[in-house]
Amino acid sequence: MTSLAITDRNHPVYQAVLLGGACALVSLALIGGYLMTHERIAEQDIQDQLNTLNQVLPASAYDNNPLGTVSAFDHAVLNQPIELMTASLNGELTATAMQLTVAGWGGPLDMVVATTPDGEVMGVRVVRHKETPGLADKIEIAKSDWITTFDGRSLRNTKASEWAVQKDGGVFDQFTGATITPRAVVRGVHSALQVQQQWQQHQTEDSEP
Amino acid sequence: MNYSQLFKDGLWDNNVAMGQMLALCPLLAVTTSATNGLGMGLASMAVLLLTNTLISSVRGIISPQVRIPVLIVLIATAVTLTDMAINAWMHDLYKVLGLFIALIVTNCAIFGRAESFASKQKVIPAMADAMAMGLGFTWVLVAIGAMREVLGSGTLFANASLLLGPHFAWLETQIFATSPDILIAVLPPGAFMALGFLIVIKRIIDSRVRRPADSALVQLQS
Repeated sequence: MTSLAITDRNHPVYQAVLLGGACALVSLALIGGYLMTHERIAEQDIQDQLNTLNQVLPASAYDNNPLGTVSAFDHAVLNQPIELMTASLNGELTATAMQLTVAGWGGPLDMVVATTPDGEVMGVRVVRHKETPGLADKIEIAKSDWITTFDGRSLRNTKASEWAVQKDGGVFDQFTGATITPRAVVRGVHSALQVQQQWQQHQTEDSEP
Repeated sequence: MNYSQLFKDGLWDNNVAMGQMLALCPLLAVTTSATNGLGMGLASMAVLLLTNTLISSVRGIISPQVRIPVLIVLIATAVTLTDMAINAWMHDLYKVLGLFIALIVTNCAIFGRAESFASKQKVIPAMADAMAMGLGFTWVLVAIGAMREVLGSGTLFANASLLLGPHFAWLETQIFATSPDILIAVLPPGAFMALGFLIVIKRIIDSRVRRPADSALVQLQS
């Protein structure tokens, strides 16, 4: 009777064994696939992060592994803590880089900002965004060099009221047809500089006593 | 098995997107450029080939009552493995298609072929069917991608070298010196319009082809 049940395709036992067997085999295949690929995928992710970092931070400016210095920093500028990386050359701090997210027009807008220790922007890149193609994607370096207008800006040479697009009385160009996107990027860079300033103060307070 | 009929069905008559009207979700979502269309088409074809072969070779042991969960489990695994493989070994392509590869699992065409063809046919015809359907889906994706890309950004096959390697850089062409910037073409509504136009063109051609045959038949009768 039982041997019949195993071979009869209409018997519930056969169906349960079939379904269970299929799931077991499939799990094995997935484990195999994961084991074969997970190391390479992790490597590729690190490479991606390094590539983004190198766009804002020249590779000659550091000799440490900035990705290994990632630490969350609590601050009062944005709601969420920012992940901050430090780059150093011969043990001396040369730059800080941070990845932050601001609200764009079509969704979150991820960007990386690198700053010198005295609070000057070294470079800004938008890493991921969902802005309107053709109008607001000029924030990408591939489409326009608008994003480089932030280079060299700092909280000292640009007053708080000037951190805005020209339409709002600031110094940064907006582009035709899109105001919300450049506004978001300007706000992002401005917050990054404020966070950097707080972090810098925090560091010196820590080292003084 | 009539293979030429199989390919005629896949490429034109019973095309996944234009005949069966399946797989429209990935079709509408990724076709902002011809390159994206090509990448998605090839990825779908690879998955289809894998699932059709697999399902056809185990068709004898699948019981009709539980066939749907078994097919779904097999398809989901094939998609996940493809996703992992592309992420690991074709990472640049993954950055372009990343999100959509996982969505191949929701592509009704894959399940449709598994259910209506692969689970009833031998392995070789099932593979041929996957090739035919995959190629048919790919050319529609490329055609819609090309239409939208030319109108929206003025280029054709931009970034093709990212997908196919540096040897294919010649494919990347600038059609218009200054982009015509018909933005709606690259925005989601453009996808619906391009698909609509393509279906209209197919139906016009089909009706043109059919009409002379009809009249020949009438002459014979009279």
